Amino acid sequence: MSIDRRIIYLLVAIVVTIPLVIKITMPVRVSPPVQLAYDKIDELKPGSVVLLSTDYEAGTMPELYPMTTAVLRHLFSKDIKVLLMSVYALGVPIGAMALDEVAGEYNKEYGTDYVILGFKPGLDVVIVAIGEEIRDAFPTDYAGTPLDALPIMEGIHNYNDISIMIDLCSGSTLDSWVMFAQARFKQRLIAGCTAVMATSFYPYLNAGQIEGLIGGLKGAAEYEKLIGSPGVATSGMPAQSFMHILILVLVIIGNIFYFIERRRKI
Amino acid sequence: MGTVVGTWIAAFLTLCIFSFLYRDNPFYRFAEHTFVGSSVAYLLIQTWYFTIYPKLVLPVLKEGFTQNYLLLIPTILGIMILTRWFPNLRRISWIPISFTVGVGVGLAITGSIQGILIPQLKATIVPIDSWNIVIMIIGVVTTISYFYFSAEHKGILGVSAKVGTIFIMIFFGATFGYTVMARISLLIGRMHFLLHNWLHLI
Amino acid sequence: MHTIIPLAITFFTSLLIIMGFFIPRAPFSDIQQTMLVWVLIISGFAALLGVDSLLRQHIKKITTRSEGWAYSLVLILTFFIVFGLGVFSGVRYGTAFSLASSFMYAYTYGIIPLQATMFSLLAFFITSAAYRAFKARSIDATFLLVAAALVIIGRVPIGGMLWSKLPVIADWILDWPSMTARRGILLGITLGVIGTSLRIMVGIERSYLR
Repeated sequence: MSIDRRIIYLLVAIVVTIPLVIKITMPVRVSPPVQLAYDKIDELKPGSVVLLSTDYEAGTMPELYPMTTAVLRHLFSKDIKVLLMSVYALGVPIGAMALDEVAGEYNKEYGTDYVILGFKPGLDVVIVAIGEEIRDAFPTDYAGTPLDALPIMEGIHNYNDISIMIDLCSGSTLDSWVMFAQARFKQRLIAGCTAVMATSFYPYLNAGQIEGLIGGLKGAAEYEKLIGSPGVATSGMPAQSFMHILILVLVIIGNIFYFIERRRKI
Repeated sequence: MGTVVGTWIAAFLTLCIFSFLYRDNPFYRFAEHTFVGSSVAYLLIQTWYFTIYPKLVLPVLKEGFTQNYLLLIPTILGIMILTRWFPNLRRISWIPISFTVGVGVGLAITGSIQGILIPQLKATIVPIDSWNIVIMIIGVVTTISYFYFSAEHKGILGVSAKVGTIFIMIFFGATFGYTVMARISLLIGRMHFLLHNWLHLI
Repeated sequence: MHTIIPLAITFFTSLLIIMGFFIPRAPFSDIQQTMLVWVLIISGFAALLGVDSLLRQHIKKITTRSEGWAYSLVLILTFFIVFGLGVFSGVRYGTAFSLASSFMYAYTYGIIPLQATMFSLLAFFITSAAYRAFKARSIDATFLLVAAALVIIGRVPIGGMLWSKLPVIADWILDWPSMTARRGILLGITLGVIGTSLRIMVGIERSYLR
């Protein structure tokens, strides 16, 4: 039996909208890969330096932006210094927006506690260059200030000076970070990615090539729970839950009709 | 003021795209073509500001040509690639293409061996101390055997490939599940924009 | 005969890149870095090829007044408007990517919502497709269906509320059987990439010369 697809579309719109409007809450359970990511960052000593790359653009912001702010809140609450960059041109303004939102909450200052390195095209080229000297890839910060003029950059030259690299990515950029930063320069990595990419990165997690994995909006909600600061991701979980139920119900109905029809034919 | 106008424009474009769910219509096609036109312009501006200007123009402006004469090579190679516009000259474009392919191939060989092949094999060949490890070894071997097309999938290879298919199906299923999750998250994001940023309902 | 020069170029560039990896000191690492930058510059020129063919196709539609030419006009106009904003912002702020520029305004309120909404349409399509096509037609399809269902329900909070074991099962699927198959696929792809790369390097595979 066929249902007009527009009826299904209408159901989707209703099921997504209602939980957002009436603001239900749901308990979030933390999964092991997210716990690992949190623990590795939590173990860092105050004053450690983390390289954070916001390798995503507008299309996947709903999933990855809440993750970015949650991770930044954790880093700043632990007094960890953040070097922000992106391998996408428009990943930088998004990262800057997140820093803008979070840095003030922890009284963090530009140049001493965090810096925006910016964007350089060429993915592998940039990742390899940072292994030699960050200043080769980024002679200046995003605003054009030479890196040597910024206190945070004192004594920071390459992966040896970076405790953990965190790649928040919408696509396969993590493959390049794994191949060129982790394998070649032994840089420790943590990844956050869209749900679409998550299953592809589990082998890296199992092999220890990445030390933690935050997947999709659910992963972001788990991270928000771990840092005790529920935000946009957590508030999206009820809508997410009900939509998943809707899909399952539709799949079950579809299969029931399928088996009834098949039996009739026999 | 700029934000309010911008939010209304964004909301209008969002609704134009959503209108496709009812059926194909002029609003959708308008938004679709706006999207392509603006994305292409964006790509071109990005290429200029982040590649051509800083890598090619700026060094010459700053340090002079004699310091950067080597940059003539990629410039000439770049111009050569434009010969694809002229059918009888297009063979000239083979030169820059083979250079680009060479670099890609070099990166692929080294990166895949050092970054994926060796570490992933190492992580598979581990002491068998749990059922999960047994599952993993069976899964990896049978999945690879499914992709082995040099012999017919009969006998042991046939059984192995069949088991491999089951593992692959589980992977596809899990990936589908996660893809569903991702798309819904994006929809939640757009709904949040409409209800919160635009209509201030939540 | 005319393929000898391109094939030789491919061979020697790839060799230099590989040497840059295994001998990470001057001059090899510098040569490698320089060549990577050159590829970026060449790809910048190549971007013109793509833009040209797209614009040409739509301009032709407009001049011949073929069906949907008005939309092509919209495409060409938005292209020139956004491009113009980029040039203007560049002159005014030094870079078009300054957050205060009109180019970034067009990005924030034009490209972002368009791109994000395009992607979110898939939520509707995937739901409808799940209803119509996701059937347990065979053993393979049943495995696919069950794994998907467990992940779909197990990875959201409501799954744990229905049955506390659901999230644990979903995590196990992702950690073991699914990870395992992905690893097999990854190893297969990697071997394929290495094989094809070597074939290209030594000139057996030359289909890119067309």
